[in-house]
Amino acid sequence: MTLAELRGARRRREEEGEAHAGGLHATTADYIRVAVALFIITSIEVAIYYIEGLRGVLVELFLALSGLKFLLVVLWYMHLRFDSRLFSFMFAFGLCLAIALFIAVLATMKAGLL
Amino acid sequence: MAQRTHAVEHLETSTGLDNRKLAMWLFLASEALFFGSLIATYLLYRDQSQEGPFPEDVFNIPFTSVSSFILLMSSTTMALAVGAAHRGRLHQMRTWLLCTALLGISFLAGQAFEFTEFVHKGLTLSTNLFGSSFYLLTGFHGAHVSVGVLILLSLWVMAMRGRIGQHNALNVELAGLYWHFVDIVWILIFTLIYLLEPL
Repeated sequence: MTLAELRGARRRREEEGEAHAGGLHATTADYIRVAVALFIITSIEVAIYYIEGLRGVLVELFLALSGLKFLLVVLWYMHLRFDSRLFSFMFAFGLCLAIALFIAVLATMKAGLL
Repeated sequence: MAQRTHAVEHLETSTGLDNRKLAMWLFLASEALFFGSLIATYLLYRDQSQEGPFPEDVFNIPFTSVSSFILLMSSTTMALAVGAAHRGRLHQMRTWLLCTALLGISFLAGQAFEFTEFVHKGLTLSTNLFGSSFYLLTGFHGAHVSVGVLILLSLWVMAMRGRIGQHNALNVELAGLYWHFVDIVWILIFTLIYLLEPL
C-alpha cells in the first residue's frame, strides 16, 4: 500500500468516526457518490427524452428514474435512512394524503361532478 | 435496525426525539400535501386549454435540465454543510452554506429568465388553463426556493458572526431538510410537468 493510499484510508476512518460522533451515518464520500448518481440519472432522463424509439415506455422510465432520484435525496440527504422511523412515517403520511387527494379529485372530475 | 436505533439520538421528550425536528417533519408533510394539490391541479387540467400557447410551444428542455441540475447540486452542497456542521468544521460549513445559497439564486435567475421568455411567447397567468396552473405551481415552488435562500443567507451571516457551531448544528440540519424538500418537489415537477408533458 502506498503512502497516499494509507493517508486516504486514515482520512476516511477519521471522517467516519466524526460522522458517527455527530449522530450521522453518511460521510462526505457518500454525499459525493449520491451527487454523481443524481447527475447520471438526470443525464439519462434528458438523453432518453430525445430517443424516438423509447416513446412507448417513456412514461414508465421517467417515473422510475424520478422515483429513484426522490429516494436518493430523501434517504441519504434527508437522513431518513438513519433517522427515527417516526419521521419517515410522518413524511409518507403527507405523501399518501397528497396522492389520495389527487385520486379523489380525478374521480370526481371523471364523474362529471366538477 | 441496530444501525437505525444507534443513529437516533434520545432526548428528554415524550418521543425521545428533538421537538424542533419533529415539527419540521410535520411541516414538510403538510407541504407535501400542499404541493401535491398544486401538481394534481396541473395534471387534472392538462390538455384542457382551448387556445395556445401550449407546453410544447414554450418549454425549453435543455435549459430546464441545467436548472434542475443546479438545484440537485445545491442539495449536495447543503448535505455537505450539514455534515460539516455536525463534525464541527465551521469553515467548511460556511463555504457550503454560501455555495448552496448561490446555487439557489442561480436557479431563481433561471426561473425568472424562463418566465420572461414564456411571457414574450404569449403565455401569461390568465392566457389559458395551462398558464394559470403552470405559473401557480412553479411560482409557489420559486417562492419556497426564495425563502430557502433567505434562510441559508441568514445562517451564513450567523455562522460568520460565530453564532452557529457544532453545539447548534441542528439549526443547519433543519434548514437542510427544508432545502432538500424543495429539491425533491422540483424533481417531481421536472418529470411530471416538463418531461412527460409532450407524451
